[in-house]
Amino acid sequence: MYDEDLAIAKNGRISAMSTRTGLLVLILVASAYLLFIFFRGVFMDPELYASRFADKFLAPSLAHPFGTDFTGRDMLFRSIKGLSASLVIGLIASVISSVIGLVFGIASAVVGGKFDKFILWCIDCCMGLPHLVLLILISFMLGRGAFGVTIGVALTHWPELTRVVRAETLQLRAAPYVLASRRMGMSTFRIARTHIVPHVLPVYLVGLVLLFPHAIMHEASITFLGFGLPPESPAIGVILAESMKYIATGKWWLALFPGLMLLATVLLFDLIGENLKRLLNPTAGNE
Amino acid sequence: MRGTRLAASPGGVMRKIILPAGIAARMFLLLIAVSILSFILITESPIDPLTSYVGAESTLSEAAKDEIAAHWGLNDPAPERYLKWAGNLLRGDFGVSITYKRPVIDIIRERFSYSVVLMMIAWALSGVLGFAMGICAGLRRGGVFDKAVKTFCLVLQSAPTFWLGLLALSFFSVTLGWFPIGMAAPIGKPAVDVTFADRAYHLILPVLTLTVASIGKITLYTRQKLIEMMDGNFILFARARGETTGQLTRRHLIRNIALPAVTVQFASFSELFGGMALAETVFSYPGIGTATTAAALNGDVPLLLGIALFSALFVFAGNLIANILYGVLDPGLKAGGDYV
Repeated sequence: MYDEDLAIAKNGRISAMSTRTGLLVLILVASAYLLFIFFRGVFMDPELYASRFADKFLAPSLAHPFGTDFTGRDMLFRSIKGLSASLVIGLIASVISSVIGLVFGIASAVVGGKFDKFILWCIDCCMGLPHLVLLILISFMLGRGAFGVTIGVALTHWPELTRVVRAETLQLRAAPYVLASRRMGMSTFRIARTHIVPHVLPVYLVGLVLLFPHAIMHEASITFLGFGLPPESPAIGVILAESMKYIATGKWWLALFPGLMLLATVLLFDLIGENLKRLLNPTAGNE
Repeated sequence: MRGTRLAASPGGVMRKIILPAGIAARMFLLLIAVSILSFILITESPIDPLTSYVGAESTLSEAAKDEIAAHWGLNDPAPERYLKWAGNLLRGDFGVSITYKRPVIDIIRERFSYSVVLMMIAWALSGVLGFAMGICAGLRRGGVFDKAVKTFCLVLQSAPTFWLGLLALSFFSVTLGWFPIGMAAPIGKPAVDVTFADRAYHLILPVLTLTVASIGKITLYTRQKLIEMMDGNFILFARARGETTGQLTRRHLIRNIALPAVTVQFASFSELFGGMALAETVFSYPGIGTATTAAALNGDVPLLLGIALFSALFVFAGNLIANILYGVLDPGLKAGGDYV
């Protein structure tokens, strides 16, 4: 969907060089914001989002830009803290999920035959249940909590990346140098390690970044439903679930701002991923 | 769609019949596998169904508990329990829900009758509106409307469904006071007195939420397809013949895009189900989504298993229709082309 933008860039005043630089700047700015949220949240003084009953249900103001909740906790700091928790879970889950995707995708294409069919069948199986239901079931099996939601998100996001990596590897498999290596008696594992992995790496990296927004959103959804992070932790899902109780009495800020922050985070990851895809694809970048 | 690969058998008329049958068989196997997967996930849980049933503070003696466990067959090996469960399923016996103390099949039937209305209206609305928006945006590619639609859809795709629901609730119900806060009917009104108008009035916001949440995908898909198609030679030729954009759209573009768009819409049942569950939770709508969370939070194993299987069936139905539409109606396949 970025092709037409490139076409405009080609014909218009923006040159290819400045497009690349522009992309890089965008990625850096987005990453800086996300890193800020992450570190600000992880090293936050718990005092900042502690209860102050005197200040409960304050509407957004300069002192509390996001307002305060039913125990007087500052919603801005709570949201940042919650998002950083989501980022940590998203990071762990995406890394696990993407490694599964990478290994399955390459193995599926390189080994081929029955094994390939089996992996494809596993993908269909995993997608046979609605994603949310599968997440609930895995969280149920692991007894809920942060561990359950992390593993749940990790175990349900690999199918798409597996398909992408598999398709990429299938193309590589027919490349002359891979065929030659095979003829020379190179083992399947060595071919995968020395010839396939380095070529698939860019696709893998982009896939990893694009997994992030899904992982974060699913973590928030499942926490919202009550299966993820425990209710006393400052998580975005918990914050929004709590806001449900007070929304009927007109406390709109409890839902609006934390949700906006979540949305911004998800969008920024998407932006980084899509732009990374353009940067890493030499033909698209030089158009 | 990889399912269409099964259609590789030769023969003209026969192909049309073999194709859906082959896909159906393959997908049926998948359904069995999914049921085994759900069974393993649910029964391996540390959440003990017996404790959920008798309650944590139960004064029941250990002997009595053992008796219940034996009666339920909790001590049998897992494969045996699965076969027993599956056998009962085939006879239409889904067990009794711990939460609602009623047969699971009745609860699913009752809850689904609420959810299916919500899902199907939102599904149809998002399909029709998304398709129209995608066509309009694609025709004015690069214009203001196109950019607005694209941004709108990309943002919507990233917005959590439950948050959209919360915003709709807070704005339309609380601030403007136009719509009720939740539920499927006025609180305190006996079920027999609930009119069609009551139901429709309570449905508007959940439907709006679910429609908005699922419109992004189909709009972007339609737009992308249209843009790809506009580069085709047959469009160039049609233009050279002097067809206007309106004629072009009606004669060539809509006809070519409608089928893949409908297929995509059917294949999105999985996301629809997830969105429905979240929207129902926000609006306390008594459908299958709220039943799912209630079942899982209460450790209600029979109901959770029933719903899991049912949701798989729902996704399965959507994919089956998508595959059949793709396989039977795609002219490329009829001509003997092997689409992989």
